[in-house]
Amino acid sequence: MLFRIIQNCFTFTIRRSSNFVRIFEVGPRDGLQNEKIQVPTSIKIEFINRLSQTGLKYIEVTSFVSPKWIPQMSDHVEVLAGIDRIPGICYSALTPNVQGINKVVSLGKKGVDEVAIFSAASETFSKKNINCSIETSLQRFNDVVKIAHEKNLSVRGSISCTVGCPYEGKIKPSQVVPLVEKLLDMGCYEVALADTIGVGTPKSIYELVKEIQSNGIPSNKLAIHCHDTYG
Amino acid sequence: MCSRIILRRMIQYNILSRKYNSTLSNDNFVRIFEVGPRDGLQNEKIQVPTSIKIEFINRLSQTGLKYIEVTSFVSPKWVPQMSDHVEVLAGIDRIPGICYSALTPNVQGINKVVSLGKKGVDEVAIFSAASETFSKKNINCSIETSLQRFNDVVKIAREKDLPVRGYVSCVVGCPYEGKIKPSQVVPIIKKLLDMGCYEISLGDTIGVGTPKSIYDLLKEIQSNDIPSNKLAIHCHDTYGQAIANITQALDMGIRCIDSSVAGLGGCPYAKGATGNVATEDVIYLLDGLGYETGVDLNRLIDAGQFITEALKRENGSKVARALLCKQQGETKTTVKSNQT
Repeated sequence: MLFRIIQNCFTFTIRRSSNFVRIFEVGPRDGLQNEKIQVPTSIKIEFINRLSQTGLKYIEVTSFVSPKWIPQMSDHVEVLAGIDRIPGICYSALTPNVQGINKVVSLGKKGVDEVAIFSAASETFSKKNINCSIETSLQRFNDVVKIAHEKNLSVRGSISCTVGCPYEGKIKPSQVVPLVEKLLDMGCYEVALADTIGVGTPKSIYELVKEIQSNGIPSNKLAIHCHDTYG
Repeated sequence: MCSRIILRRMIQYNILSRKYNSTLSNDNFVRIFEVGPRDGLQNEKIQVPTSIKIEFINRLSQTGLKYIEVTSFVSPKWVPQMSDHVEVLAGIDRIPGICYSALTPNVQGINKVVSLGKKGVDEVAIFSAASETFSKKNINCSIETSLQRFNDVVKIAREKDLPVRGYVSCVVGCPYEGKIKPSQVVPIIKKLLDMGCYEISLGDTIGVGTPKSIYDLLKEIQSNDIPSNKLAIHCHDTYGQAIANITQALDMGIRCIDSSVAGLGGCPYAKGATGNVATEDVIYLLDGLGYETGVDLNRLIDAGQFITEALKRENGSKVARALLCKQQGETKTTVKSNQT
């Protein structure tokens, strides 16, 4: 209890006194994956190179998923081979399963600096989006994290539908907290909380983050991924 | 002895103003001031026929909105889009309980309104600016001269029992002068209130504000004893900050928001950029925050779609677009798409 009070004070002080905000740029992956037009690899490489000149330090460049499901990301190896590597910039990729992380590892220096795994706060969304239950996905991710850590690759976790789900509707903060805890315990250095369908308002974000914080999870382990679907 | 009286009065004032302000903050009803037919249409590329405007306003009258700014009594030479002000007012349905308003920037304008009698408006609006350069470029006179003109407008309006709403443009930034200090805004608000305006709408005319600049502005205004119930916020979304700015204003006790259905009205100072914040997006926010507005979002979307189709433009409201897409059965989440 005392530890939590101290930890919260510390976190509060850090939060309040820190006026630096890290931007995690997801345009090349989350962005391009959801565009109607597929761009050639050379355009992606030029795009990422231009982003590397902006001051951004975290750029999510691609995804190691089957081209059968995500054809827009099928050129992951070529993109990683082609981009300029600017020192100080962390280039990351999604690796939702063991095949993905193994491929990243096999690329060696032409791989990435960190990887990402993503769960969902909604059971239905998990099944529709990645074809398995939340529990099964966490088991898969555990295997991914083990391999990543053996190779000194940091792992970032993401949770979809933290305030609303297109199938289940409103999501309670109490559904999100256990997932955040599991991903952190597994070894994720940070968990991005996504409002995947953009239905949240400041009140729902407040309630979510408050619940997470009152479970002793510090803000410096969290990121926010808001969609602007409802402005 | 004197200092004791002063201290006692300070304590009394603080108790009263905190009580007053906390009453305001507990008040969860937010008034929407719909400016689409005037501020919106005035800043659209295409001019719509009078009959379309009338239908548009009639549809807005069915949404639950209680304040609709329908037109402007300015010279057609300067604002041709508003040249049909008499015809629009003659043609619209008058729903009891709804306040139909118009801009009357000068004596000619207010006199014309008065001459229309029951085919006129329920209230009028005057607008000044916090920037001297903007005032000269926008209405061709200094702030001081404009206030003298408005004083004459207000006198006539009050003789006819017409409430007057004041606007101040460029409250955080000006396209010519850059950053505007809160201390430039406060005196104008005071003058407009002293003149007889029942409320002052604070306009971030070029949408450059962020929650911090809104906070700084409102704090300065409130520390000059101007109560929140005399204020409204008019945010432009040109830099995508309107919803965040409105949220900040709500947190500070503002309970009247100007907005434009479908986000009508671009920014004349950044050609091609967006302007007014969309009423639908504001209603969605307010609903999510637990505020009451009395506005039916679906009917509002219907009115917005009607006018955007007439204007042959995309609907500027993200909420409208999202809900319309949902209705049409399109979903942004596809099976096995690895969405974040």
